[in-house]
Amino acid sequence: MLVVARMQHWRDKLLSRGTKLDVRGLRDTMDQKNIVEIDDLHYARGSRQIFKGLNLEIKRGEVTAIMGPSGTGKTTLLRLITGQLLPDRGRVRVDGQWLGELRRAQMYQLRRNIGMLFQNGALLTDLNVFENVAFPLREHFDLPQRLIRHIVLTKLHAVGLRGAAYMEPGELSGGMARRVALARAMAMDPKILIYDEPFVGLDPISMGVIVRLVRRMNDALNISSIVVSHDVQEISSVADRSYLISDGRVAASGSPDELSNAPSELVRQFMHGMADGPVPFHFPAPDYASQLFNDRPVDDQGES
Amino acid sequence: MHTLTEALRNFGALQLFFVRLLRESPAVMLRIGLVSRQVFKAGAQSLMLIMVCGFFVGAVIGLQSYSNLLRFGAEDVVGQFAALALMKELGPVITALLFAGRAGTALASEIGLMRTTDQLSAMEMMAVDPISRVVVPRFLGGAISLPLLNCIFTAVGILGAYIVAVPLMGLDGGAFWSELRQGVADYDVNEGIIKGVVFGITASLIAVWEGYNAIPTAEGVGRATTRTVVNTAVAILIFDFMITAVAIGSTG
Repeated sequence: MLVVARMQHWRDKLLSRGTKLDVRGLRDTMDQKNIVEIDDLHYARGSRQIFKGLNLEIKRGEVTAIMGPSGTGKTTLLRLITGQLLPDRGRVRVDGQWLGELRRAQMYQLRRNIGMLFQNGALLTDLNVFENVAFPLREHFDLPQRLIRHIVLTKLHAVGLRGAAYMEPGELSGGMARRVALARAMAMDPKILIYDEPFVGLDPISMGVIVRLVRRMNDALNISSIVVSHDVQEISSVADRSYLISDGRVAASGSPDELSNAPSELVRQFMHGMADGPVPFHFPAPDYASQLFNDRPVDDQGES
Repeated sequence: MHTLTEALRNFGALQLFFVRLLRESPAVMLRIGLVSRQVFKAGAQSLMLIMVCGFFVGAVIGLQSYSNLLRFGAEDVVGQFAALALMKELGPVITALLFAGRAGTALASEIGLMRTTDQLSAMEMMAVDPISRVVVPRFLGGAISLPLLNCIFTAVGILGAYIVAVPLMGLDGGAFWSELRQGVADYDVNEGIIKGVVFGITASLIAVWEGYNAIPTAEGVGRATTRTVVNTAVAILIFDFMITAVAIGSTG
């Protein structure tokens, strides 16, 4: 009996701490227009400078696309927005809170308001679909079974997979896994939904489903969405505003129409998928002729 | 020089990791379901392996000690000899080595694959700490299982020695058990139990550490699994010597 009482005491203590933080967070952020603000962001991995003074604003209630050639650090940017990485210089503000100033517990509190969809879904492989969606609820709240069941089935219904509730993650196709992950990301009713390359490797039907879901979730739940992608066509059809990132900065921003008519060479190359342009077709290499007719092939490896 | 500082840095990080696991452990202990599932996976599912190996290790001890002690006419002490050897050395060490191969590799590759497939990041994004949700239950599961497996190994081993020495080789059963009970003191039993506990913590710690820090590629997970077995084996043998030295020093 004593043990049970002790456990309840600790649980109450933990829960009360959680709710206190939440209330304060709400009050601070009531009237912010931008849900994410990035100010003069610098970030380097090893000797490679990935961001050199990036400025970006994401408005509440909109679907914002972040585009850019492969290797421009789009996924890194998401990790910076979600506080999994901290910038070398500059600041990131999410939902009214500067990430650098948050303690670990506050960061976790903030993340309860962020749903994130990983590239491959990242479903927990030892739980079935239902338990995956229920996972954040079970971890954070002490809800009755019936309520959890209710919430999970509603979320699964929203992505059209109520019928797959008792399947294992291994049995799902790529598109279905991503939809389950989307249901899981929504389980906590977040204010921000983040999609990391949601369209990669999907067949046209699954792609269409995901595109529609991005828009529908955003409008129906009145949340803000951030979509990282380089599928120009798909993303243009759903985004309210797009940012094109290149060489560590924002190269262009605006509505999809503004971007595709932009005067910049780089933006045109990217939006229309041209093979050569400011982003060259050839990776930097020594002179072609001299390398071909070089009689010391060791030099090709860059070693001497 | 560089590799030395690297090794020291790793060793220090491992200890900080250990402290973090210990700090999270009491809270995780309250979630009995999480821990008991890991005790089942690491412990109960290794049971058959441990019992078969324990039986044959005990049997070979019975055989060797009987045939060699016979030369000195001291075959009566086979029971005592087998019990001491199993309890103090072979039980804890072989259990820990088998555990590293069976449960340790499973832990390391499971956690490593969870990292590779972004499951740990996904948990962090759901504001769930992967250390307390994934790593600590597995660590506790292993640390609880190994001492229990050690006891079972030792018990089955003594039975194996008995079956070889008494019914097979014709030693007197009464002599076997009475020598065993007279010759084994409390501190002998304690030494074996302490070794089991220390090895359990060591083997589980190394397995979850290697898995958690695996490089998120197929090759990285493979290397983490290998390192788990190798590092556990080395650590176990070093600790075995140290605990034995302390035990002998303190009991004379």
